[in-house]
Amino acid sequence: MSDPTKPPGAEPGQAAVAMDLQEEADRLQAELEEARPPHAGPISQIAAALVALAVGVFGAVGSYALGLGQLTQPGPGLWPFAISVVIIVLSAVLVVTGRGLQDTERFSRSSLMTAVGLVTLVGLAALLPVIGFEVPSLLLMFIWLRWLGKESWRSSIVISVGAVAAFYVLFVLLLQIPLPRLI
Amino acid sequence: MDISPILDGFGVVLEPTNLLYCLIGVIIGMLIGVLPGLGPGATIAILLPITYGIGPVSAIIMLAGIFYGAQYGGTITSVLLRLPGEASSVVTVFDGFALAKQGKAGTALGIAAIGSFIGGTVSIIGLTIVAPVVAGFALDFGPPEYAALGILGVLLISSIGNGNKLKAIIAACIGLLIATVGRDTFTGAERFTFGSLNLAEGIDFIPIAMGLFGLSEILYNLEERHNQVHSPAKVGNVWPSRKDLGQASGAIGRGSLIGFVLGVLPGGGAVLSSLAAYALEKRRAKRPERFGQGAVEGVAAPETANNAAATSSFIPLLTLGIPANATMALIFGALLIQGIQPGPQLVTEHPDVFWGVINSMYIGNILLLIMSIPMVGVFVRILRVRPAIMAPITVLITLLGAYTVRNQVYDIFLVIVFGVLGYLMKKFGFEPGPLVLAFVLGSMIESSARQGLLIYGGDPTGFLTRPISGTIFAVIVVVAAWPLIRKAIPRKTSADRVEEKIK
Repeated sequence: MSDPTKPPGAEPGQAAVAMDLQEEADRLQAELEEARPPHAGPISQIAAALVALAVGVFGAVGSYALGLGQLTQPGPGLWPFAISVVIIVLSAVLVVTGRGLQDTERFSRSSLMTAVGLVTLVGLAALLPVIGFEVPSLLLMFIWLRWLGKESWRSSIVISVGAVAAFYVLFVLLLQIPLPRLI
Repeated sequence: MDISPILDGFGVVLEPTNLLYCLIGVIIGMLIGVLPGLGPGATIAILLPITYGIGPVSAIIMLAGIFYGAQYGGTITSVLLRLPGEASSVVTVFDGFALAKQGKAGTALGIAAIGSFIGGTVSIIGLTIVAPVVAGFALDFGPPEYAALGILGVLLISSIGNGNKLKAIIAACIGLLIATVGRDTFTGAERFTFGSLNLAEGIDFIPIAMGLFGLSEILYNLEERHNQVHSPAKVGNVWPSRKDLGQASGAIGRGSLIGFVLGVLPGGGAVLSSLAAYALEKRRAKRPERFGQGAVEGVAAPETANNAAATSSFIPLLTLGIPANATMALIFGALLIQGIQPGPQLVTEHPDVFWGVINSMYIGNILLLIMSIPMVGVFVRILRVRPAIMAPITVLITLLGAYTVRNQVYDIFLVIVFGVLGYLMKKFGFEPGPLVLAFVLGSMIESSARQGLLIYGGDPTGFLTRPISGTIFAVIVVVAAWPLIRKAIPRKTSADRVEEKIK
């Protein structure tokens, strides 16, 4: 019997198996990700790297303003400045070398769904302190069910009312959490 | 070894309220983990607020329960829907789904549950023996060691994960930068607060974790991914036959050991161990061609190993205060929220927490085994609930949950901001995991580094002359330079290639 604690790849035969296995795992992963939109081109890669670079520059400028101090007496800006410099260097490398990467995703028509979903989230947060959680939650549920989830009118109404009622019972009546509420 | 604190730990765990929290955690974890797209990380992140109001030991017991519950939930989707809930369940799909197609989905799930139980239990026994020893060794660590260890942790996790390493390290650095927002503990100066009172207190871990792991996942799944129609396979008899058990027993034994050993490594412990365990079984098999066609060992090995690895990944967290992966970062954050600093002092200062957490895992694993087999039918029914219905419910739980932590709408907005950030990161190939992990370790690294500088009168070479911190820094240099070293070596051995592939 071989030693069970031996790490993989210790023997050539096993190495071959592990390689096949990794290929299978990659294939499966690729298949699962078929639903993903096609990857976006080099422009998106450069844009992403530039955003990271901008974060680094912003951090460096901001922390420099805070004061770097000395190594014997580090100022509040020293550590964030050091990190920002690392971000700047790495993103600069990414701008140059990252053009060929294929790990960005194109925004598609369905990204609009995410945008709509986002608007409902902000709406809930804005309305919650004003009119309580019931109506905003109901609206959020309904919009997600009817338009984002393509449920029928009937089931959208039934499920959203039911879910908000369940939330009310759970949060307000059972757990007595002080959520802002209408009733 | 003094075993009385261990026994006291059992006393803590067996208190009825803690048992109840453990049970609730396991059930909630399984229920949410079963939803496609939401793995252990997202589940814990979404549910963090409910642990806020309860005591530290109960909170961690519940989180640990959620953790392995969610992990088992991921197995269910692998077997029934061919959708691995997380990377460490990917290989389970090969034989698990093949078994499901043959009408033996129940057997696959039963074997996975039993394997997870044994793997988890073996790993906890290892943890019980190893953790106090490591913690004792680490008691001599001073600020320089902690600074070094923190940097190494961030670097390892960034470089071992999936995806582009450069992007991962950039994400980690941005996490470190976000951790500096708020009042500087040394000088009292406000950093990056833009005059906001909310930001002056720093950014809280809960909204970051909920946004980056929970909400971003939901927003990401909104894009055409959520309309696929799933019809889960039928689940037959869940109890594996004696023959199946016999066939799987070797795989379970070997998987436990592989998982325990590889799980301690930072980064892809659970993923690496499930691949390694599967590869080992396939190689040892008399008829390797059975693998992928529905071999029971092909389910038993990876599921045992990933559970064992998940458990042993608590070792670096509890003994050194270094989370080995993104999920451990969440547990780390939860402990900090409870006012407990994980690290070598934990075992002496909070033995109730230390042993309570470890011993709760025995109970959690037993509960998981008891609950998983009879509840399979319930899970299958949950899988039939369309994602279109689950998504808004999960969103509401997330947003209202974020509010309940401090009763502030500001926290909901933070969750939304980090949710959008996480979504955009995914779209642009940046993983949120390293960011969260670095955020958690950020203030520890900064304060240790600054204390270290004070000790050495501002001379940074002091970090290198101490034996332990010097060694860790040497390792950091090797890890950081590894890609260059790799390129410099012209011919690779086959073992290297496999290692690279597996990573």
